[in-house]
Amino acid sequence: MKNSVFGAVLAGPVLLAPYAAMAETEIQFWHAFTGRLGDLVAEQVDTFNNSQDAYKVVASHKGNYSETLNAGIAAFRAGEQPQILMVFEVGTATMMAAKGAVKPVYELMADAGADFDPDAYIGAVKGYYTTEDGQMLSLPFNSSTPVLWVNRDALAAAGVDPDADLSTWQKVGEVLEQLKAGGEDCPLTTAWQSWIHLENLSAYHNVPFASKDNGFGGLDTELTFNGPLQVQHIQTMGDWAKDGKFIYAGRRNEGGANFRAGDCALFTESSAGYAGIKAEAQFDFAVRPLPYWEGVEGAPQNTIIGGASLWVMQGHEAEEYKGVAAFLNFLSSAEIQAKWHQDTGYLPITVAAGELTRAEGFYDANPGTDVAVIQMTANQPTANSKGLRLGSFDQIRGIIDEELEAVWAGDKTAQEALDSAVGRGNQLLRRFEQANR
Amino acid sequence: MEKRVTFQGWLLPLCLITPQVVISAVFFFYPAAQAVWQSLYLPDPFGLSSRFVGMGNFEYLLSDPYYRTAIGTTAVFSGLVTLVSMVPALFLAVLADRLIKGAGTYRTLLIWPYAVAPAVAGVLWLFMFNTRIGVVAWYLGQLGYDWNHVLNGAEAMGLVVVASSWGRISYNFLFFFAALQAVPRSVIEAAAIDGARFWRRFFTIVLPLLSPTTFFLLVVNVVYAFFETFGVIHTITSGGPQQATTILVYKVYADGFVGQDLGSSSAQSVILLIIVGLLTVLQFKVIEKRVHY
Repeated sequence: MKNSVFGAVLAGPVLLAPYAAMAETEIQFWHAFTGRLGDLVAEQVDTFNNSQDAYKVVASHKGNYSETLNAGIAAFRAGEQPQILMVFEVGTATMMAAKGAVKPVYELMADAGADFDPDAYIGAVKGYYTTEDGQMLSLPFNSSTPVLWVNRDALAAAGVDPDADLSTWQKVGEVLEQLKAGGEDCPLTTAWQSWIHLENLSAYHNVPFASKDNGFGGLDTELTFNGPLQVQHIQTMGDWAKDGKFIYAGRRNEGGANFRAGDCALFTESSAGYAGIKAEAQFDFAVRPLPYWEGVEGAPQNTIIGGASLWVMQGHEAEEYKGVAAFLNFLSSAEIQAKWHQDTGYLPITVAAGELTRAEGFYDANPGTDVAVIQMTANQPTANSKGLRLGSFDQIRGIIDEELEAVWAGDKTAQEALDSAVGRGNQLLRRFEQANR
Repeated sequence: MEKRVTFQGWLLPLCLITPQVVISAVFFFYPAAQAVWQSLYLPDPFGLSSRFVGMGNFEYLLSDPYYRTAIGTTAVFSGLVTLVSMVPALFLAVLADRLIKGAGTYRTLLIWPYAVAPAVAGVLWLFMFNTRIGVVAWYLGQLGYDWNHVLNGAEAMGLVVVASSWGRISYNFLFFFAALQAVPRSVIEAAAIDGARFWRRFFTIVLPLLSPTTFFLLVVNVVYAFFETFGVIHTITSGGPQQATTILVYKVYADGFVGQDLGSSSAQSVILLIIVGLLTVLQFKVIEKRVHY
């Protein structure tokens, strides 16, 4: 009763509005971008709206990634869901499990009779959002992968060759030693510790993060990131933290402020940090591939993505879905993707966009911007490096953050911390399995 | 002896009381009942399906050592917040009460922080204590103290306690100040003539006369520390480092809105409700006996 009254009041103006432009079908698009990224999304939407007059996409900012997902879920429960919802990669399993709430992209494209070639998308990007039998569920939107950012001036100031080999963690360890000896206060810092130093570490060395092909094979998956490789890496980082070679700044990308201000020499962060670092850094910087442990068989494999994809929600008209299909195809076009890739440092989602960017000479003019693309696409993804599909993953990351903090503070050994994180995470996976059976 | 004003008939009193009852029912009883209902289920996030689990959510919670730790953390946190927000408030109120000139200005300045929302207060304090650019952190560094609330749990707890208490001091100040004004001068003057010095007068006369106010503030501040400090925790520590500042209400949010585990989140709300209810009953039973009205 209350809902219907409020609904009528709110819907009044909305219902009247279309008379002005009867022909246009409105499509709601909820996203999580502000600032420069928000402007760039608005620009894409404007370009689409101006390119045709059958559909009008209305983009709305709904807060950060978690808030946007929550807004979408709450709206679905109230029957007010948008046609398109942006969901970050860790929410993938949640969306996948909600079969009655989402309309898979492959199905949308088939229903709308739109041109759709899943092979046009870069394998390592689309793999994250594709079922085991190769059907794409959501459209990759912004995808990045972790790389190593280098403050060349800081290296030189500490008496280290700015072109020193940093391809392996062994070599990085040597350089950290020299940096420390050279008086550097913050030799290494990181953003998104779980994503870079456990999730990507595992994929990059072709070891599983979770059983059942990292969760792609079913909800009865269990975490396995307490293996010898991960323990060795986290223990090494913990030792570096104790020696003041690795400075922990926070759970998200707090370390970015330190690096951009020139306070830190090395920084592991997403390739999408490019826009910010380029805008703010008052020093000579370089992008290097993420280091790997030399001697581990199969390394370096490929890194996995972070970022978000666009999910289409159930419960709308066929005509609206046609518009959604047209908009998603527009976003995937080579020109739009190439511009997005060059503006933001996010990966191009299609092979064609990458080739177009190279042909335009962008990589030559901006050295290092192709490091992430090469790192992602160097090898065909394996079951361990296709991505992760774990329920309650946002919360599991929170648990990993807590346990890693115990290692950085010297309260736990890497083995203890990772064992504990695996045990606690598995409990959440079991609850998720129960809730979605 | 007692004088009573009574209404003629039922209509007017019913009309007067209805709005409050309706508001309480819609905004308090209905959601609370829903939380109790939901706590018996394990739903998926989208509300597409829901499994009845009975007491399963509660068993899961109470067998989780991290949940039990959060109960302890909450006790420490709310105890500290109550203490840190009440003692300085009383001290300031006593000082302001003795002012002869400019009392109005001091009062206004002391009340200001109450106008700052908890989340904003959190950001302000975080900014001062930021390990890289914070002014206070920098001065501490100059004194040879390496401030790092990002990794040090005790420092993180200290920071969220101070940030939560700061605005609250103003609120408590207001009540203490009003209560102090109501203490009869004649009693104090009589004691002064008998030779009691200021602190003696304070502890034997003023403090007992303030006890109704102190008791009221104790209850209100505990409830505040339990429920309304979410914004501060969220902006400053997000419950970290490790779980050093994960209080119960933050866990309700984290499990419900980050983990989308609405069953567990509802069960936690119910437990929280019971704890605060028991605490309030306890306060009324035990402490109120010592209050002199």
